[in-house]
Amino acid sequence: MTTATELGYDDLPALLHRLTGDEKHDSSSYSTLDVVWVLYDRILGPDDRFLLSKGHGPTAYYAILAAKGILPVDALDGFGNFDSTLGHHPDRLLVPGVEISSGSLGHGLPIAVGVALTGRRTFVLVGDGELDEGSNWEGVQYAGRAKIETLTTIVIDNASATYGWPGGVEERFALEGWRTRRVDGRDHDAIERALRERGGPRCIVAEVPD
Amino acid sequence: MRDRFYQLATEALWNDDRVAVVLAAIGAAKIADHPRRFDVGIREQLMIGVAAGLALEGYRPIVHSYTPFLVERPYESLKLDLGHNDLGAVLVSYGASYDASNEGRTHQAPEDVAAVAALPGWTIEVPGHVGEMERMLARALARDDRVYIRLTDETNRKPIDGDGLTVVRRGDDDAPFVIAVGPTLDEVLEATADTGETVAYLATVRPFDADGLRKALRGTDVVLVEPYLRGSSAAEISAALVDRPHRLLSLGVPLAEFRRYGTGAEHRAAHGLDARGIRAALAAFRAV
Repeated sequence: MTTATELGYDDLPALLHRLTGDEKHDSSSYSTLDVVWVLYDRILGPDDRFLLSKGHGPTAYYAILAAKGILPVDALDGFGNFDSTLGHHPDRLLVPGVEISSGSLGHGLPIAVGVALTGRRTFVLVGDGELDEGSNWEGVQYAGRAKIETLTTIVIDNASATYGWPGGVEERFALEGWRTRRVDGRDHDAIERALRERGGPRCIVAEVPD
Repeated sequence: MRDRFYQLATEALWNDDRVAVVLAAIGAAKIADHPRRFDVGIREQLMIGVAAGLALEGYRPIVHSYTPFLVERPYESLKLDLGHNDLGAVLVSYGASYDASNEGRTHQAPEDVAAVAALPGWTIEVPGHVGEMERMLARALARDDRVYIRLTDETNRKPIDGDGLTVVRRGDDDAPFVIAVGPTLDEVLEATADTGETVAYLATVRPFDADGLRKALRGTDVVLVEPYLRGSSAAEISAALVDRPHRLLSLGVPLAEFRRYGTGAEHRAAHGLDARGIRAALAAFRAV
């Protein structure tokens, strides 16, 4: 159930300030902030699914769920504590609005393929480092060959892959038949335009500073 | 058993709008095209992930492959995509411990039941006859939870009706109580034809029928005969009998690399799971 709030993008820093204790993943969390905001603020409808595969550093995700009234703001306090529903990796059974439990990398994209095969518009967010996991490429290959129109993968590219992606990670998706676009991961309008493009499967690489 | 499963899975696709089938190449030639039949190619992690995604959308996925490629290769996906997300699926393996005896270790998976049993929330079915498999698959498709059904070429002559631990032949109260799991029953019955043991049958090994064991057991000695890794249900028996003095002998596939080819019958004999081997083990157990 969603509760209307007056909270907007400018309130996110204050919400994030309430989530302490996972500072080692601050950069990971901050990297997703603008893409996830644009998704929840401008794109996602009640029939869409958003799967956060990159479960590391979910504070931005939690803050945005709270800002959108999906998660009670007070739940942000105590992040990671024994009695908190908010762990350092999201649990879909504990957190309202969370579609999949994530944390171990490389699981969200294969699940998203299954969701999208039913015809549902599906967005999955992965990291460029996460794409080192081979399980992602099983999904990328199959989604491309099966031409799954309803699937969009957003890659947060903060140059965290151990050996990088020479030529750009989108080249790997393109090779498998995906439509690709690279955008500034802080430019809300550019992110929105990319997310609204039709045809798929689609890969949007959102570049953010490392 | 395998061919019958393919027939039933195909029928389920056409008769039940909830059912989807997810394959990783194996079995694709046996289950005809259908809008909800997805062959993802030789990509077993994806196979489980896709099943989880379908379950998230309310479908009842049947997932099928050779045992090591269904359970062992995508094991973390079983744990997380299905288990941690609390999503259901019906996993149906083929190959069991040594059906692929001449294909070597890569295609053998005697550890499968122990591995699945180490994850919470799974029902594990070990049919010993095609008729039992039919009942188990129908039951699994009517539910929403996680079910593992283990198909094999080994089969008993007759199906056993009823669920849970079923006494097939009552023997002497002070003789060992032998639990034959799935396709081991005929060998157990032959091994004990004239030695006085009670023989019980068990095909649903998780959840383990602890109450059934407590009610049926009259003596103190229990022998567990499993067609997979020896002792996979030993801890369940110990827990069921924690307040009763008892001895337990576990027979099954040993925890060892077994670098032989040949036939399934040869493997069964080598592991002491044919009637002769079981009879010898029982004699030694009684003599202790």
